[in-house]
Amino acid sequence: MLNHLLSGDLPRSRVLAVVLVIILAGLLLTPFIFPGAKALNVAAKICYFIVLVASFDLLLGYTGIVSFAHTMFFGIGAYGIAIALTHMGPTWTGVAVGVAGALVISLALSLLIGLFSLRVKAMFYAMITLAVASAFMTMASQFSDITGGEDGLSFKVPELLTPGFSLREAPFLGVSLDGKLITFYLLIAVTVVLFLLMLRIVNSPFGRVLQAIRENEFRAEALGYRTVSYRTSSNVLSAMFATLAGALMALWMRYNGPDTSLSFEIMIDLLLMVVIGGMGTLYGAVVGAAIFIVAQNYLQELMKVASGAATNVPLLRDLVHPDRWLLWLGLLFILSVYKFPAGIVGKLRLGAWRKRTAQPGA
Amino acid sequence: MPFALETQELTIRFGGHVAVDAVSCAFEPGTLTAIVGPNGAGKTTYFNLISGQLKASAGRVFLHGQDISALSAPQRSLRGIGRAFQLTNLFPNLSVLENIRLAVQSRAGLGHNLWSIWSSHRALITRAEEVLETVALTAKRDMAASALPHGDQRKLEVAILMALEPDVFMFDEPTAGMSVDEVPVILDLIRGLKTQSDKTILLVEHKMDVVRELSDRIIVLHNGALVADGEPAEVIASPIVQEAYLGVEVAK
Repeated sequence: MLNHLLSGDLPRSRVLAVVLVIILAGLLLTPFIFPGAKALNVAAKICYFIVLVASFDLLLGYTGIVSFAHTMFFGIGAYGIAIALTHMGPTWTGVAVGVAGALVISLALSLLIGLFSLRVKAMFYAMITLAVASAFMTMASQFSDITGGEDGLSFKVPELLTPGFSLREAPFLGVSLDGKLITFYLLIAVTVVLFLLMLRIVNSPFGRVLQAIRENEFRAEALGYRTVSYRTSSNVLSAMFATLAGALMALWMRYNGPDTSLSFEIMIDLLLMVVIGGMGTLYGAVVGAAIFIVAQNYLQELMKVASGAATNVPLLRDLVHPDRWLLWLGLLFILSVYKFPAGIVGKLRLGAWRKRTAQPGA
Repeated sequence: MPFALETQELTIRFGGHVAVDAVSCAFEPGTLTAIVGPNGAGKTTYFNLISGQLKASAGRVFLHGQDISALSAPQRSLRGIGRAFQLTNLFPNLSVLENIRLAVQSRAGLGHNLWSIWSSHRALITRAEEVLETVALTAKRDMAASALPHGDQRKLEVAILMALEPDVFMFDEPTAGMSVDEVPVILDLIRGLKTQSDKTILLVEHKMDVVRELSDRIIVLHNGALVADGEPAEVIASPIVQEAYLGVEVAK
C-alpha cells in the first residue's frame, strides 16, 4: 500500500525515512507545538516550496534541463489567484477560475518555450529562459492596472479560509479552529497529493525516459525516444506544478506581488534547495525546502542568542552578530554542497546502499 | 527479393571533405555484410547516415523499399534500424539492467505512460533480464553502467541493440578493445542472429579472421567511396583490397 502510494520509490535509507517522518509530523503538529503566527507561516512556506522545489527537480534533476524561468510559472499561479479573486470577489469560483486560467497560460508559455528553444544547446536554453523570465517580471510590474504593479495585490479569500471563520467556538488543545487553521491543513493535504503525483511521474515509464535523456540524449534518440517531445513534456509538467505551488502560496498569503513570487532571489533559493536536498531524488525537495526555510527564518534568532552569550568576546561577538546571518547561511551552503555533492538525500541513500552491499560474502 | 536496406548515392560532405561519397549498396534480409576499410574510410559515418544520426548531403536510404531519408534517428530506430556504437554509448549512471530495460520499453512503446509505476511492467523487466543473460552480465545487473570494465561495457552496448529487436542490426566494431576471452560471447550472439533468416546484419570490423568467418559478403570503403563488393574470399583476394586495406592491417 505505502509502496504503491510512493510509486515504488521508497526512501531507501532508514535515516532519510526518519527525517521525512519528522518533517511531516512537524508540519502537521506545528499549530499545536509551535504557537504563534511566524511558526505557522514558516510551516506553510515549507509546504508550497516543497511543491515548487519538487517541480523544479523534475526539470533539473530528472531531465537535466537548466531553466531560470521556473519562478515565472510560480508567479503565474500566484497572479492567477490574486487577479481572479480581486475581480471576482472571495468565491470558490474565483479560485477555480484563477487556477484554471493560470494553468492554461503556463501550459501555453511552457509549450512555446519548449518547442522553440529545447532544440538549442543547454547554455542557450538557460539564457532564453532568463530573458523570458525577465521580460515577464517587467511586464508584471508595468501592467499595474491588472497586476497591482510593484505594490502587488491584496485580496480576500473564500470565507472558509479566512481567520474570521470559526469551526468551533471553544479552542481545541489551546488552538482556535479558525479558517487559518483549515487553510493550513488543506495546504498540507494538497502538498502531499501533488508531491505523490510528481513521485509517480518520475517513477513512471515516462519518468525513466527523462532520466535516460539526462544521462545520454544521443543514446536515448538511438533507442527510438523522440527527446524533444519528452523534454517539452517535462517542461510543461514542471511548469504546471510550479503554477499550482504559486496558487497555494497566494491563497495562504492573501497577497501577491513581484517580490513574493517572481524575483530572482526566489530562483536562487530554489536552486539551492534542490542542490542541498539532492538533485534527481524528489525527496530532496522535502528535505531541502524544510532545512533551507527553517534556516532562513530562524538562523538570525539563533545568532541573537549566541551573540548575547558572547558579548564579552570581541571578535566572536561581531562574527555571530545577527546582522551576519547571511554570511553564515552562505557558508553553511557552500560547505554542504562541497561535502554532499549529491545532496543530503543522495548522501544518505549512498550510505545506506553501501551498508547493504557490504554484507559479508557479497 | 526486396532489399531490407538500400542506400542510393548516399553522400555527406563536411565543408570541402567528402566523408561518404555516393555509396549505393543494397542489403538482402538474412545476410551479414562486413564493411571494411582503413581508419577514416567513412565506415562509421556511413552507419550514421543510415541510422539517422547524421543527415545526408545527398542520396537516399530505403528500408524495406520505403524511403526513410527524411526520418529522424528515433523514427528510424522505431522502424527497425538498430545501432550499436563504436565508442561505448551508455546511460552511465543508470544500472546495467535499466540500460537494457529502456530499450525494451522503447520497443514496447510505453515511453509516454505517465501514470503507472515502471516496475509494475514485469514483462519488460523479465525481457531485459533475458537479454542480460545472453551477454553473461546477470551478476552485474544492479551496477551502474559506468562502473563496468570496458569489455563488459561493450557487451552491454551489444545487449541494448539486441533488446531493441530491430530488423537491421548495425554493429560498429563490437569487439574493439575486448580481451581475447570475451570476444566469443559477442561472436556467438552475432552467429545466433544469422540463424534468424529475416535479420539483416551490417558489421564494421577490423579483425579479418572474424570478418572471413562471419560474413556472407564484404564491401570495402576507401576515402568514402565503395571500392569493392562481393564474396568474402574474392574481395579479400582483390588487389585493391590488398593495397588499400589489408596491406596496412596485415603489416600491423
